[in-house]
Amino acid sequence: MRPEMTAASLDATARSSAERGALARARLLRGLLPALSLALVLAAIAWLNPRAISYFGFSLMLNLAIPIALATIAQMFVISGNELDLSIGTFVGFVGCVTATWLKDAPLIGVAILLGSIGVYALLGALIHLRNLPSIVVTLGMSFVWQGLAILVLPKPGGKAPDWLLAIMSFKPPLIPFPITAALLIGLVVHFGLMRTSYGVILRGSGGNPAALKRAGWSLLRTKIVLFALAGLFGVLSGMALIGITTSADANIGNGYTLLSIAGVILGGGEFVGGRVSPIGAVIGALTLALAASPLLTFMHIPPDWQVAANGAILIIVLAARVLISRRER
Amino acid sequence: MILVRSLAGKPWVWSFLGALVVWLATIAFTGGYGAGGMVTAALSLAVFTVIVGVGQMFVITLGPGNVDLSLPANIGLASAVAMKVMAGSDSMIVVGLLAALACGAAIGAINYLLIWALRIPPIIATLSASFIIQSIDISYGRGLQIKPPPGFADFTNWQVLGIPVLAVLTVLFTIGAAIALQRMIYGRSVLAIGQNIRAAWLAGVNVGRIRFLTYTLSGALAGIDGALLAGYFRGANVDIGNEYLLASIAVVVIGGTSVAGGKANVPGVWGAALFLVLLLTMLNTFGVSAGVRLLLTGLIIVGVITAAGGEKAVR
Repeated sequence: MRPEMTAASLDATARSSAERGALARARLLRGLLPALSLALVLAAIAWLNPRAISYFGFSLMLNLAIPIALATIAQMFVISGNELDLSIGTFVGFVGCVTATWLKDAPLIGVAILLGSIGVYALLGALIHLRNLPSIVVTLGMSFVWQGLAILVLPKPGGKAPDWLLAIMSFKPPLIPFPITAALLIGLVVHFGLMRTSYGVILRGSGGNPAALKRAGWSLLRTKIVLFALAGLFGVLSGMALIGITTSADANIGNGYTLLSIAGVILGGGEFVGGRVSPIGAVIGALTLALAASPLLTFMHIPPDWQVAANGAILIIVLAARVLISRRER
Repeated sequence: MILVRSLAGKPWVWSFLGALVVWLATIAFTGGYGAGGMVTAALSLAVFTVIVGVGQMFVITLGPGNVDLSLPANIGLASAVAMKVMAGSDSMIVVGLLAALACGAAIGAINYLLIWALRIPPIIATLSASFIIQSIDISYGRGLQIKPPPGFADFTNWQVLGIPVLAVLTVLFTIGAAIALQRMIYGRSVLAIGQNIRAAWLAGVNVGRIRFLTYTLSGALAGIDGALLAGYFRGANVDIGNEYLLASIAVVVIGGTSVAGGKANVPGVWGAALFLVLLLTMLNTFGVSAGVRLLLTGLIIVGVITAAGGEKAVR
């Protein structure tokens, strides 16, 4: 709990019940905001092209939602520790290149490389904590490292995804399209781990009030290592999922994911400092961005030139809405 | 001896030292061949990083969370605006430069407007703005094949005795920036806000105005940079500014400016920019592949920051 929040709730008890009701509504609204923005984007799509709202349409539009959601979750772990990962995009690209080459040709070595790269992430967390380094700069440097490694692994676009991965990613469950099922599953698993377990509380606390956590006897070094290792793990899953969809790799394939993942976390109700994040919100944020960036928009009379702008506009609108709601919260 | 000791205490010395070591390593490899040409080339290329680096430095100095992620999109759009306004005619050079400057400054002002009106972290504000600017640039600069006016292209490539004139002008500009930072009310206010925004506010610093000016300045510098880049590389391009996002942040930090804000260093930006450009030249001279080059660049950035250590790390 942040001090402001306890202060706010103390204030709230002193107020009349009507005001309290308004406050609760505002808070509920704030929690629902990610879902509302997703609904809004869906409504816009339905209005522009009703045929898109179908099993096939969703499968197409949300094609890349799974890797984006996984990368967003990876970024969310880093952000909950008050850090920022500017290398997640090139890391996803690196994982993609390894997946399309080593993991297919020599699975054991491929698995070893991927596990090793998660280890590198964990070490980065330790380095950032021990030397008190700004994570922006360290991960900025690492973004060059991952990109360089990706080019070394796969100098030219190509490679091929392992068959089992292709099979998983082209899975077609009945009724609900796979990207939606998978996104729900990812959100729920991480929600349970980070929001409902006791160590999850400690992990978020390391961003909320590190000093208090340290005095209570928890190792901040360990929380940082765990958060970065989790980011590495989800980065690996994101890269693999991406290659399972695109079937072949390219060293630059993940570059856009750095900014998308940060935007997804913030859209999903996360905040940069204070360990205030929401896994389900992050997944919803990622879905919203995936929809807004979907190639299907081209068929809806939105010229490709303006699709990037659609992402920016959605971010700004959602954040503006959040300010309006927060004002009522106070 | 005293001189050496006082120099060693300055954070910017290390970046120049790094640049010198890299330069020496390269000419040792080539056997002294091309030593002067390398300096000329490094100066010409470093100019572009220094100009945006100084803007980014003022922004980062405002304190944790302040960073301008819209620089690449800004540079791209300004380069297109400059080329369109100049339309290949020498008489329009000044107008084109002013247009690029105005375009950049407007983007900077909009960035701050978003930060202020939506009360969102600058990272997200400049990120969202950059998405939109990028789209405008793609749409506006589509199929833009306008060459810069010959006079402008010559100006950006003009050298006297192996020293690029643009570099000399940029040195003068950075001296001005250093004076503004250390000796003028504006710069002192930026430093004060970075050290403690609340204390600065209580001391009567107009926090909103200073932050607005800083983001506008950063945007305006990116605008000028875009025009100059288009002149130097003979044409505008949507991707022309892409490498300057990472480069601008890297030169600020390697140059000894604190990421936590409140402590800036102008000479270090030059040292770090030369260091990065010479590092690339060295790796190219050694004939390493693109992959190894990126890998080593990244490892060196991480190594430098680890060796320099953080004070109070707030990201």
